[in-house]
Amino acid sequence: MAKERKGIEVSLAIAEAVGQADCDLISAYPITPQTHIVEHLSEMVADAHLDAEFVPVESEHSAMSVCCGAAAVGARTFTSTSSQGLALMAEIFFIASAMRLPVVMALANRSLSAPLSIWNDHSDTMMVRDGGWIHVFVENGQEAYDHVFWAFRVAEDPAVRLPVALNIDGFIMTHMIEPVDFEDDELIKRYIPEFRMEKPLHPDNPVSMGCFAMPEIYSEAQMTRERALVDSYATCVKAWEEWAAVTGRQYHPVETYRADDAEYCIVTMGSLGETAMAAVDELREQGEKVGVIKIRLWRPFPFDDLYRAAAGKHTLIVLDRAISFGGPGGPVALELRSALCNSPQAPVVVNYVAGLASRDVTVEDFKAIILGGKAKSAEGDVAGFTFYGLRG
Amino acid sequence: MDKFSVFSARLVEKGEYFTSGHRACQGCAEALAVRLVMKALGRNTIVAMATGCMEIVSSPLPTTAWEVPWIHVAFENASAVISGCESGMKAMMRKGKLPPKKINFVAMGGDGATADIGMGQLSGALERGHDMIYVCYDNEAYMNTGIQRSSSTPWGASTTTSPAGKVSKGQYTQKKDMPKIAIAHNIPYVATACPSFPFDLMDKVEKAAAIEGPAYLHILSVCPTGWRIPSEEAIKYGRLAVNTCVFPLYEYEHGEYSLTYRPHPILPVREYIEGQGRFRHLGSEDIDSIQERTRMEYEKLVKLSEED
Ligand SMILES: Cc1ncc(C[n+]2csc(CCOP(=O)(O)OP(=O)(O)O)c2C)c(N)n1
Ligand code: SF4
Ligand SMILES: [Mg+2]
Repeated sequence: MAKERKGIEVSLAIAEAVGQADCDLISAYPITPQTHIVEHLSEMVADAHLDAEFVPVESEHSAMSVCCGAAAVGARTFTSTSSQGLALMAEIFFIASAMRLPVVMALANRSLSAPLSIWNDHSDTMMVRDGGWIHVFVENGQEAYDHVFWAFRVAEDPAVRLPVALNIDGFIMTHMIEPVDFEDDELIKRYIPEFRMEKPLHPDNPVSMGCFAMPEIYSEAQMTRERALVDSYATCVKAWEEWAAVTGRQYHPVETYRADDAEYCIVTMGSLGETAMAAVDELREQGEKVGVIKIRLWRPFPFDDLYRAAAGKHTLIVLDRAISFGGPGGPVALELRSALCNSPQAPVVVNYVAGLASRDVTVEDFKAIILGGKAKSAEGDVAGFTFYGLRG
Repeated sequence: MDKFSVFSARLVEKGEYFTSGHRACQGCAEALAVRLVMKALGRNTIVAMATGCMEIVSSPLPTTAWEVPWIHVAFENASAVISGCESGMKAMMRKGKLPPKKINFVAMGGDGATADIGMGQLSGALERGHDMIYVCYDNEAYMNTGIQRSSSTPWGASTTTSPAGKVSKGQYTQKKDMPKIAIAHNIPYVATACPSFPFDLMDKVEKAAAIEGPAYLHILSVCPTGWRIPSEEAIKYGRLAVNTCVFPLYEYEHGEYSLTYRPHPILPVREYIEGQGRFRHLGSEDIDSIQERTRMEYEKLVKLSEED
């Protein structure tokens, strides 16, 4: 493919990117709203547009298992799922990272049953937050396309060797037609070198993978896993810098909008960031000192970037799109509270849960949330969380 | 290899790919089965193994009993993992990322991994037609977790979750017929085997490896611990299972059944049942009913093999 701008459905752009990345094996099981990604990939394989094995498995549990087997022999692997599919593959999701198998997954975020809902929120991805994967969130079609390459580049880096989940909001993004700047194949080839596993499964050099651990060694195994994920931060940033150098598009672990002099910042992850920016523009016109903080890198958690973004802010108003039932708030707010609680002059954190199952969060809603958060902060009503816009 | 040759033993591969020093119980015929399978497969093999006794006894970090590339991911997914190994290598060889090589892709699991929790994944792998062998080591219960019943536990066996008691005769369901389920997938090769008949077993493994496409091997693997028999009698009980027709040795190759061993004379099942602690609560009528069912099942199999 040559460099060109196209109007394209985001799912198809993701699939095309997987093709440009010269993926060797794709294994997936259909679930809305991930379907267009894997349908297009199977088409690409059927048309010899991509030379890869497409393994049409009987469940998501198998999809992740097939990817593990393929990554273990040194193949470049990709899968994609959503919601119930992720829940079913969760067992192997955790094992993939523990075994340092660099699978790349497009996670088309969707709410979890019950009640059954095919619509978008972050309850699926939050379920596997502690699964040891690198998690990145994107905001539009271009970011989704770019991050497919970034995901392979980071996952397969010898210093990292961890699976990467590319979180894309279901429907809101997967089914949108957006302008995307495609890069040419040569540039991609240079950006992601051929995957070379140091010790793949191969009869020429037998290795054992997935041995079991007694208590004497289990903690050490977990410690190396933790260290690998934390240390992957440097590669994540380096890979963004390299991407910026060749495409001019620059990404950061935490990004801000009109936040430098802001006293109140709304914190988002994923596609709602753009709506939040529009709301901030309008509130700025009314004289409110407000801004947006967007978390792009969710794991490894970018503590220092967050401290820098939050420094000097009076209140952070966190919009969560999932709930930790029975806990003190949504998962993002929880993380921010715990990350910030010991920093000097920590900002107040107010938490709203909104946008569950694609319930619209409009510019007006964002304005109400930001101003509501400001008022709550002034009243000291900052514990727990508020369901925004509930009926009845 | 000529099964009846007295020289057979000399022709067997000397190399060990499932090596000594593993932690299986004394007299474990499942470990013996793994060893024989590996001898027949040889070096150019990749093994994906399900969680279970054989995985646990062979791989405590930082040691391993495996001289071939080996991977364990979870309990139910060995067939999906090997599918990934096979397809991944196929793609890489086709694309010139790996030099071509003939490799045996082998998934292994116990009866629980195969007939219960991993059944859907096995069915998927067989249906997709990967060039792979699936080996089920059937010791007729979940031994690794402490002798709980599986759907492959025979009727009447007392296990820790199908205990014999005042109102229970132990397992109240009949053994699931896994080889027939594999056959229903129209794969090129299915066979039953038992390490008490080592040359027959190794012949079948070699055949399975030579055939293109999926092959399924179901190996009765006597577990002295779970069957409550003396550890030196595992081979004897394997022979009895075959010679009483409780576990017939047969093959299904490209649509045709054939019995690979016909016991003569057929021994009464009583001889197989009586010495095993797991059956010790059964009375005479119970054994008679097992006898009757065994006879019927065997006759069906004889008919199938004669039809072909
Ligand atoms: C999802 C899941 N459920 C349960 C277990 C616990 N478990 C581990 S091995 C095993 C039984 C294995 O039985 P089988 O497959 O017959 O192998 P054997 O140990 O008898 O050789 C069970 C129940 C597990 N590891 N994973
Ligand atoms: S419990 Fe049975 S199958 Fe498991 S190692 Fe011991 S003898 Fe072998
Ligand atoms: Mg068993």
